[in-house]
Amino acid sequence: MEIQFVLNQKQVTAEVGADTVLLDMLRDLGCKSVKCGCETTNCGLCTVWIDGKSRLSCSVLAASIAGHEVTTLEGVEKEAAEFGAFLAGEGAEQCGFCSPGFIMNVLAMFRELENPDIDEIKEYLAGNLCRCTGYMGQLRAIQKYMQAKAEQTKDQKRGEATA
Amino acid sequence: MLTISNYVKAKTLEEAYELNQARSSRIMGGMMWMRLGNARVKTVIDLSDLGLDQIEESDNVIKIGAMCTLRQIEECEALKELYGDGIAESVRHIVGVQFRNQATVGGSIHGRFGFSDVLTAFLALDTFVELYNGGTIRLSEFVNRKPDKDILLSVIVRKSKRKFRYESIRQTKTDFPVIACSVVTGMVHGKETWYFSVGARPMKAALLEKQWEIPDHASEEMIAEYARQAASEFTYGTNMRGSAEYRRHLAEVLIRREMSSILAEGR
Repeated sequence: MEIQFVLNQKQVTAEVGADTVLLDMLRDLGCKSVKCGCETTNCGLCTVWIDGKSRLSCSVLAASIAGHEVTTLEGVEKEAAEFGAFLAGEGAEQCGFCSPGFIMNVLAMFRELENPDIDEIKEYLAGNLCRCTGYMGQLRAIQKYMQAKAEQTKDQKRGEATA
Repeated sequence: MLTISNYVKAKTLEEAYELNQARSSRIMGGMMWMRLGNARVKTVIDLSDLGLDQIEESDNVIKIGAMCTLRQIEECEALKELYGDGIAESVRHIVGVQFRNQATVGGSIHGRFGFSDVLTAFLALDTFVELYNGGTIRLSEFVNRKPDKDILLSVIVRKSKRKFRYESIRQTKTDFPVIACSVVTGMVHGKETWYFSVGARPMKAALLEKQWEIPDHASEEMIAEYARQAASEFTYGTNMRGSAEYRRHLAEVLIRREMSSILAEGR
């Protein structure tokens, strides 16, 4: 069957089977950031946004997203690269296989929660597994990114006030 | 492996119901569990265009559409106002936010899964289910019905002045619970009534009702005795997550904690 939907702000048409999962379709469409990890809805590697909410693309039927908006890491490249630099700075990735799904969920968290504390961060990201790092580097990266963003906002406000 | 021949986004409930009468048809919820199974499904029926994804509050009830996600009930202010953090607590340990943005209340309740936190939580409350063909019946009745081809439309929680607590134990975060317990208390027909629901035993949740008048200043020993009695009235099983005896012990501990918490807050 043919479906139409918005992929990373672009209208897309795709041919899918009734049991094609979104993960496979997205990779076929060139979004290679979307990774297949556990395929049992547990690891978070395949996280994408559907209508702005993070979801697990391994368990979404591609046919069901007709008329919806899907965002992958390719669609938020600049923001992802900015946060990714903090991950690298903290040595928070080794194999990096979980990073795309992790970054998508971190960015979703920043959109949903204002200044989350450490417990809120841990809870929000509980569905993103990483078998290399032990998570501490990732938590440091998130906190440093939030600090940098807060300072950026402060500087902007100061600049506006003096202008 | 799951194979599906046809995907239909139903335009009406009538259409969904008719399609679902075929033996090889399935209604899809969030697809979290169905996806993991081995089945050849001829037609999978998607209810997502039928407006079943809303939580409606009226003077007497909170009506949760079957396609509402677990995240929606986790964040529902009306449920928080009535039952504190109990409902949110029952779902917040279920995998991660992405999972809860996808898993549906209807899928969790209709599946009557032995591991279900959602079923355990709602069973202890004054809850009904609305079925397309079967009308509105108590959740406690629905739980013990044989699976059939009816469609669950909504979960209806009657508003009443009750105290609600939920606790579960997991061996690791995001795993199924080893045991899940909810305790509810309130006045029913002028008598103080306690409801205990224990799930993940590892059988599906069961409900126990007791008319116990327990004073607010009840001693720890007295509460422990009530908890022991409540926990002993459920049956438990053994699987890879824990033995029946371990589960019975955990249930007793969780029920005691929940009763203590309710009594400490006052009713």
